Amino acid sequence: MTAIDGPLALGAGDEVKTRPGGVFARPSSSTTGWRSWVTTVDHKKIGIMYGAAALFFFLIGGIEALLIRLQLATPNGKLLSADLYNQVYTMHGTTMIFLVVMPIGAAFMNYLMPLQIGARDVAFPRMNALSFWVFLFGGVVLNSSWLLGGGADGGWFNYAPNNGVIFSPSHGIDFWNMGLLLTGISSLVGAVNLITTVLNMRAPGMTLMKMPVFTWMSLVTQFLLLFAIPVLTAAQFLLMFDRLFGAQFFNVEQGADPLLWEHLFWIFGHPEVYIMILPAFGVISEIIPVFARKPIFGYPFMVFSGIAIGFMGWGVWAHHMFASGVGPISVAAFSVSTMFIAVPTGVKILNWLATMWGGKLTFSAPMMYSIGLVTMFTIGGLSGVTHAVAPADTQQTDTYYIVAHFHYVLFGGALFGFVGGWYFWWPKVFGYALGERTGKINFWILLIGFNLTFGPMHILGLQGMPRRTYTYRDGYGFNLWNFVSTVGAFTIAVSFLIFFWNIYASYRKAKKAAGGKGKKLTMPADPWDARSLEWMIPSPTPVHNFDVTPTVQSLDEFWHRKYGEDEAGRLVRIAATEDVVQKGDATDVHLPSPSYYPIVLAFGLPWITWGLIYNLWFCAFGAVFVLAGIYGWIMEPSTDPSDGHSHEDDHDDDPSGDEASAADDADEPSGDAAPTEEAALVD
Amino acid sequence: MSEISVPVAGDAHPDLEHHPEEHASDRQFVKVFLGLVVVTAVEVAWAYAPWADDHAGRLATALYWGGLMLMMSFKFFIIASYFMHLRFDSKVLTRVFYAGVVLAVAVYLIVLCTFQLFSNTTPGFAP
Amino acid sequence: MTDLTAALKEELVGHDHEHVTSTGISNEKLAMWVFLGSECLLFGGLISTFILYKTRAADGQTPHQLYDILFTSISSFVLLMSSLTMVLAVSAVQRADLRAMRGWLLTTALLGVVFISGQVYEFTEFLGEGYGFTHSPAWSAFYTLTGFHGVHVTLGIVMLLSTAALSLRGHVGSHNPESVEIVGLYWHFVDVVWVVIFTVVYLIK
Repeated sequence: MTAIDGPLALGAGDEVKTRPGGVFARPSSSTTGWRSWVTTVDHKKIGIMYGAAALFFFLIGGIEALLIRLQLATPNGKLLSADLYNQVYTMHGTTMIFLVVMPIGAAFMNYLMPLQIGARDVAFPRMNALSFWVFLFGGVVLNSSWLLGGGADGGWFNYAPNNGVIFSPSHGIDFWNMGLLLTGISSLVGAVNLITTVLNMRAPGMTLMKMPVFTWMSLVTQFLLLFAIPVLTAAQFLLMFDRLFGAQFFNVEQGADPLLWEHLFWIFGHPEVYIMILPAFGVISEIIPVFARKPIFGYPFMVFSGIAIGFMGWGVWAHHMFASGVGPISVAAFSVSTMFIAVPTGVKILNWLATMWGGKLTFSAPMMYSIGLVTMFTIGGLSGVTHAVAPADTQQTDTYYIVAHFHYVLFGGALFGFVGGWYFWWPKVFGYALGERTGKINFWILLIGFNLTFGPMHILGLQGMPRRTYTYRDGYGFNLWNFVSTVGAFTIAVSFLIFFWNIYASYRKAKKAAGGKGKKLTMPADPWDARSLEWMIPSPTPVHNFDVTPTVQSLDEFWHRKYGEDEAGRLVRIAATEDVVQKGDATDVHLPSPSYYPIVLAFGLPWITWGLIYNLWFCAFGAVFVLAGIYGWIMEPSTDPSDGHSHEDDHDDDPSGDEASAADDADEPSGDAAPTEEAALVD
Repeated sequence: MSEISVPVAGDAHPDLEHHPEEHASDRQFVKVFLGLVVVTAVEVAWAYAPWADDHAGRLATALYWGGLMLMMSFKFFIIASYFMHLRFDSKVLTRVFYAGVVLAVAVYLIVLCTFQLFSNTTPGFAP
Repeated sequence: MTDLTAALKEELVGHDHEHVTSTGISNEKLAMWVFLGSECLLFGGLISTFILYKTRAADGQTPHQLYDILFTSISSFVLLMSSLTMVLAVSAVQRADLRAMRGWLLTTALLGVVFISGQVYEFTEFLGEGYGFTHSPAWSAFYTLTGFHGVHVTLGIVMLLSTAALSLRGHVGSHNPESVEIVGLYWHFVDVVWVVIFTVVYLIK
């Protein structure tokens, strides 16, 4: 690239870049601002976007929860009509499961998995971006129902024949169907991507049994997604064809069987709950060893129990159908299999406790949330064991006892673990730490609020209060605990306000300490004295991840580079952290280039779904974007040959930063990194 | 830098399976194809077997079903192994694919069992 | 010097490693097989739905009574042959014979079109007799299963034609024969699903 002379000459040393396509030119690695987010293929940015989107949908789902609790705070509640109540609890459940817990898991998995295996990115970076945008648009489609005639109202599981047009004539369920078809595509594509990444892109020396527990749990989760989502997809197509095109899949008068829906749904639905919890199990399996200064107890058992959970999870689905008329043989068989699946989870609980036993414990905020998961999930697991006893479940089913169970395992389990994960990895991701003291206050208020909300539901359920009912009469004895539960719900809301406050206040504090506006935030690479590879690189993570791909010799590779053992078996420091941590200043790393096509392709999909509901011309409009996205994508190389290689994002916003980036671009790209994979047909 | 112990040979890519890259030749592919055609013809003939009509006994029905399922599975396996090259590729691919196949068969078979499809009760409207 | 020791030395000196996959299989090929594993669950669901519903028609008129097994057998033969021509296309590109590859790809696509035409013909025959998608659970299940399969075949035809076209522009060729192989994997899978459908839907009484 040469400078031009004459009146159009640029300043000395500046580069001229040819940008074919002008405004629609492919963005380069040095793009900044909103465009860099919209076109990113970087797994770290994608992970952050998943997390941010999930928090946004958490607010929506949270408001829906508070509406439920306000309605039920007193008998004969007048806040929500029965119809509106049905919509609110359906959307609350659907939102929390598909738009909150699963995307938070995706956020952690996307951000951490490549780092923990020593890779630079996932196997198919553009497909990774596609997964995110399709998920986001799926959430938009689902929630567009609120503006277009009302939300879905059949429960998040939408049983037939209630889910048909006779009993649910509004379009709410159609939006549910379409939105979740999109999120399903997102998850399936992501599963293919992450499975390929973990199997294929591990650093040299990293055998499967040297991977961190979080990566293992994530791998199992991806296999569960891979095989479970298509079953839901099949059910959803049957439902779509019934509702929109007059098919007879669930028309009982014509000989159809509503149990078909239940089976297909729960064959997905049970692996789904493990999809939600396993990443959180992985998160705390990273946190607890760090704050106990001991390796995870029984690593092989942690791995195999995770695999066992994934495997056995396919054999228990009809425990959601004990009262549906499947018959005594099925009930007995699934009751037994459900009891068995408690075993591998129990193994994990014991292993976490054994890790803490005899360790040098630090009760940091992440540690407290992790212990919170262990305790709250155990409570939820115990009620789960009582459900497995089918005769007992016949009393419990469809009551608040079940509501208590799944909130203890999903909220007390998954969400507590994820919040702990936020506290733990925040320094690595953003270059500043969340306030510890506020974090602990956050934890205690959340713990108290959570137990106030869901603890009493055990009692209410066993007293006979049914689920999914918009109100209850006075005189049943439900009044006190419902009121307590509502107080608890608002306490949870307060705790999350504290959490958001913590983010804001910690950010401001760190900015001030760094020297004010325009200064980048950085932190030590390894603030917790941790064990796995993501802590071996600077905080925040450099855009290229590792300067040099590490060679792995053991589990907890980073820890073993810092510490050895003396003859008595005691821990001995063998290297200073600064000497082990990579500098993050590599400048000759080729990264896959950003691209518009993932979001272009994704943009067409919601129009196709709205078109199927309203008018096929919308489908044609959407199809144009989908086709344009596909063909543009295929024709575009995954790394733009005219793109400069990556350089550090961590420039200060002052003018001297531009000089550094110009200097980087002046380097010769180190040979066109185009092994045959780059020219492959699809990415 | 700390002491680095000498690692065990072959650790760098421990999952790499060292297959000699085999290929079936074009002639072999044609032979496989012809074999599949023959099996399909046998299947069709089997399906029209006069000994397995509506009045057939339990053994005949079992043979009828079993034979068709066997031939179908055989064709599935042959196409996967030869045309899709699974025989000659890394075992990882076989495991990943057949995991899906086995899981699908198992799970859906159980579902059909709960509908008592394989018992003597009247299929159709009543559970 | 072992691979691992060499890698360690590289890391010390600061050089990065060449991109080699941990399993020795390319990312794209592994991804396609992983995807095909998931497709088994999708088609399994639709096949099971058909098995459950195949006799459920209020007026007793089930798909089985209208099949033309001879016609469908010929269709099956056509699809089977297309798998053969697909394999020959892959073989051609591995020998760097692009013209032969394109020829075989186009033949495969043509056979696919013949198959789809057969399906369309069959559907119009049934529709003509008054048995549409909305007639009964049995017919809804029949059309959904075979229709899904047909859509997969159609997408496959598009992929075959695109691959042939891209080879004219140099995007596909002897430098990346695997991309043709991967398209082939998808095509064979669609054939293998038909193997199951033919037996389960058409042949079994």
